[in-house]
Amino acid sequence: MSGAFMLIDNIPVEIQGEKNILELIRKAGIDLPTFCYYSELSVYGACRLCVVENKWGGIEASCSTVPKAGMEVHTNTPRLRKYRKMILELILANHCRDCTTCDKNGTCKLQELAMRFGIKEVRFENAKKAIPLDKSSSSIVRDESKCILCGDCVRMCDEVQNVGAIDFAYRGSEMRISTAFHKCMAESNCVGCGQCAAVCPTGAITVKNDTAKIWDELSNPEVKVVAQIAPAVRVGIGEALGQTNGTNVMGKIVAALKRIGFNEVFDTSTGADLTVLEETNEFLKRLEQGKEGPLFTSCCPAWVKYAENNYPELMGNVSTCRSPMQMFGSVLKEHYSHSNKKVVVVGVMPCTAKKAEAERDEFKEEGIPYIDYVITTQELIQMIKEAGLVFDELEQEAVDMPFGVNSGAGVIFGVTGGVTEAVIRRIADDKSINTLRALAFKGVRGMQGVKEASIPFGDKMLQIAVVSGLKNADDLIQKIKNGEKQYDFVEVMACLGGCVSGAGQPFAKGDEKAKRGQGLYDTDRMSSIKRSEENPVIMSLYSGLLKGKVHQLLHVKYAGKE
Amino acid sequence: MEQVIDFKALDEVLVKNNFSKNNIISILQDIQEQHRYIPHEAFPYLAEKLGISTAKIFGVATFYENFSLEPKGKYIIKICDGTACHVRKSIPILNKLRDELGLSKEKITTDDLLFTLETVSCLGACGLAPVITINDKVYGAMTPEKAMVLLKELKEASEDVK
Repeated sequence: MSGAFMLIDNIPVEIQGEKNILELIRKAGIDLPTFCYYSELSVYGACRLCVVENKWGGIEASCSTVPKAGMEVHTNTPRLRKYRKMILELILANHCRDCTTCDKNGTCKLQELAMRFGIKEVRFENAKKAIPLDKSSSSIVRDESKCILCGDCVRMCDEVQNVGAIDFAYRGSEMRISTAFHKCMAESNCVGCGQCAAVCPTGAITVKNDTAKIWDELSNPEVKVVAQIAPAVRVGIGEALGQTNGTNVMGKIVAALKRIGFNEVFDTSTGADLTVLEETNEFLKRLEQGKEGPLFTSCCPAWVKYAENNYPELMGNVSTCRSPMQMFGSVLKEHYSHSNKKVVVVGVMPCTAKKAEAERDEFKEEGIPYIDYVITTQELIQMIKEAGLVFDELEQEAVDMPFGVNSGAGVIFGVTGGVTEAVIRRIADDKSINTLRALAFKGVRGMQGVKEASIPFGDKMLQIAVVSGLKNADDLIQKIKNGEKQYDFVEVMACLGGCVSGAGQPFAKGDEKAKRGQGLYDTDRMSSIKRSEENPVIMSLYSGLLKGKVHQLLHVKYAGKE
Repeated sequence: MEQVIDFKALDEVLVKNNFSKNNIISILQDIQEQHRYIPHEAFPYLAEKLGISTAKIFGVATFYENFSLEPKGKYIIKICDGTACHVRKSIPILNKLRDELGLSKEKITTDDLLFTLETVSCLGACGLAPVITINDKVYGAMTPEKAMVLLKELKEASEDVK
C-alpha cells in the first residue's frame, strides 16, 4: 500500500510505482489503445492514441505522464473520441488498405482499432509514394506502404537488440524507416531475429511466409516430407488455437502435422540432446586445454550472425556445434540417404533467423541444404487453419521412431538458461535427483536478460553467464573485454527470454512469455529422462549413424572463422 | 570522381568532438566542411568509433536539409527565396541560372562538380534583396544579367586554374 491514489474516470486507483499513467489505466481494467507503447521499450509518445483529458480540460499522452497523487484523468470523453478517430483516419489515409491480402490480416492493430473506433470512411487522399516491397531478407518482408512510423521496430532493433539495422530517415512528410543508404535488408547488418516484426502493429514488417512451398512438397507423391518441431513451439502455439498459453500441446501438433500430410514427425529436442553432448565435450576440452575466454553457445543463429558482424575476433570462442535444428537435420538427411524418395526436412521453429540459417552455405552439402524449409509457429497455425483442422478435437500423437525419444534437458533449450542447465546436468559429478533439482535454483532459470551462476566442477568453480537480448550480450562482451568479468561458459539467445519469445511465435507480452518458459520446465519435470546422455536414441546414434562422422555431421566452421 | 576519404582528417574531427555520439551534428558539419559533402565511406567508420548504428547517423544526416550526401560543386550558389527576395524577383534569377547550368530542382550540381545551385529561405539580408551568395560571399541587388556576369567570371577563373 503506497497510500497514493489518483482518479481514473472517477474511480480511485492506487499508485504502486507505475512509471506512467497508461500502466495505471490498464491496471484499472481500461484497454487504452496504443501503437507505440511497449513496456520493454523506451517511451516514444508518437501515436497519441493513449491521450487522456485532465480535470482542467488539458489533453496529455498517458504513456509519457508520470502518475501523481491526486491526479484526475478521463479516458473516454467526446473530445478524446474525436481525436482518436481523427488520428486513426489520418493514419489510414496514408496506409495501403489491402487488408484481405495482407499477412497481418486478423492480427493487425490498426485494423483492430479501426474496427473498435468504427472508422467507416477515410476522407483524405493517400499521398504516400509507392515504395516496392523489400523481400531480400530470408527472415522478414518490409512493406513501407503499411508503415505508420510508430518507431517500435527502430527501438526494438536499437535498444533491445543493439543492431540498429533500421532507423528513421528524412523529415516531416518525407519521413520513413530505412536502413543506411536504403540498402535492402539482406545487405544491411540485420541479424534476422525478427523482433521488429514481432512488435510491428501493422503489416509493415512481417515474417517471411514459406507455407506455399511446404504445401507444394506435401502434395508431391515423389517427396517424403519430414518435420522436426522445436521445443518452444509446443508452448507458444496453443493460445492461437483455443488452448491455454504455455501449455505443452506437442501431441496435438504432431497429430496436426500428420493430418496435414507430413510423413514423419520428430522433436528437435532430440537434436538438442546431441548438442548438449557435443557442446559439453567441447567445453570440457577447452577447460582442459586452458584456452582463453569463455565458450559462447552457438544454438541461436541471430546471435551467431551478430557475432560475425560485430566481433569476428570472438568467433574462435563460439562453439563449433551446429544448432540443434542443424544437427538433427544432418542426422535426418544421413538417415534417409538411401531413401527411394526425395527427402525434404522442414523445421518448425519459433524463430525467423532459422530461415536464414537454413540457407547458409555452411549447412549445405553439394548445394543441398540439411534443412530444406523453416516455418515459424505462426505459419504452422496458418497451415492448421487452412487445412480446416479443429485443433481442440485432435487426438494427441507421439513423435516417430527411430528418433522419438528426448530428454527433459533437450526440451528446456527453448527458454533462456535451458542450454546452460542441460550442460550443467551433463557435467555435474553428482547425478542424484536432489542435485538436479537444486540446479534450478542456481540462477540459470528465470526470464531476466542477464543471469550468472557459479557451479563447482572438480577443484574449481565454473563461472557461467546466461544472456538473452543482443544488447545484454553486447554489454556482457564489453565487460569480458575490459576484464571486468570472467566466464568459462556464456549462453546467448538473441530474443529476450530465449526461443519462447522468438519472433516466429504468436505475439505475447512479458508475463505470457514467462508462462511458456514455465510450460517447458513442467515438461522437463514430467520427463523420465532428465539428462541428454541418458537418451538411448542418442547413444545408439553415436554407435551407429554417427560413427566416424561426428565432426562432419554435428560441427560447423563458419565462413570467416579463423 | 571525388578523392578517397581522408581518415586521418576524420580522426581529427572525432578527437575535436571527444568521440562523443552526442556531438554527431557537429561531427557531420566538420566532415561536410572538409569535403563539401558527407562521403558514404564516413558512415560505417563513424558508427564504429561513436558506438551508434550507421542507420542512425544516416537518419541524422537526412533529417537536416543542410547536410548533403552527394558531392557538391566547387562553387555553391545559394539563391535567397525568402519573402523579400521573392517579391523582388529572385525566381527569374534562379530560372536563368538553372537554364544556363543545365540544372533543376532535383539535379542541383553540375556534372563537372563546379557549381551547386540551391535555394534558401532567408539569408537575413533583406535590405539587399534579391540576394545570392557564392561560397558564403554575399551579392546583393541581383538580376539575372548580373548573375550571368558572375557565373562567367567564375567559369573563367576556374579555366585559368586548369
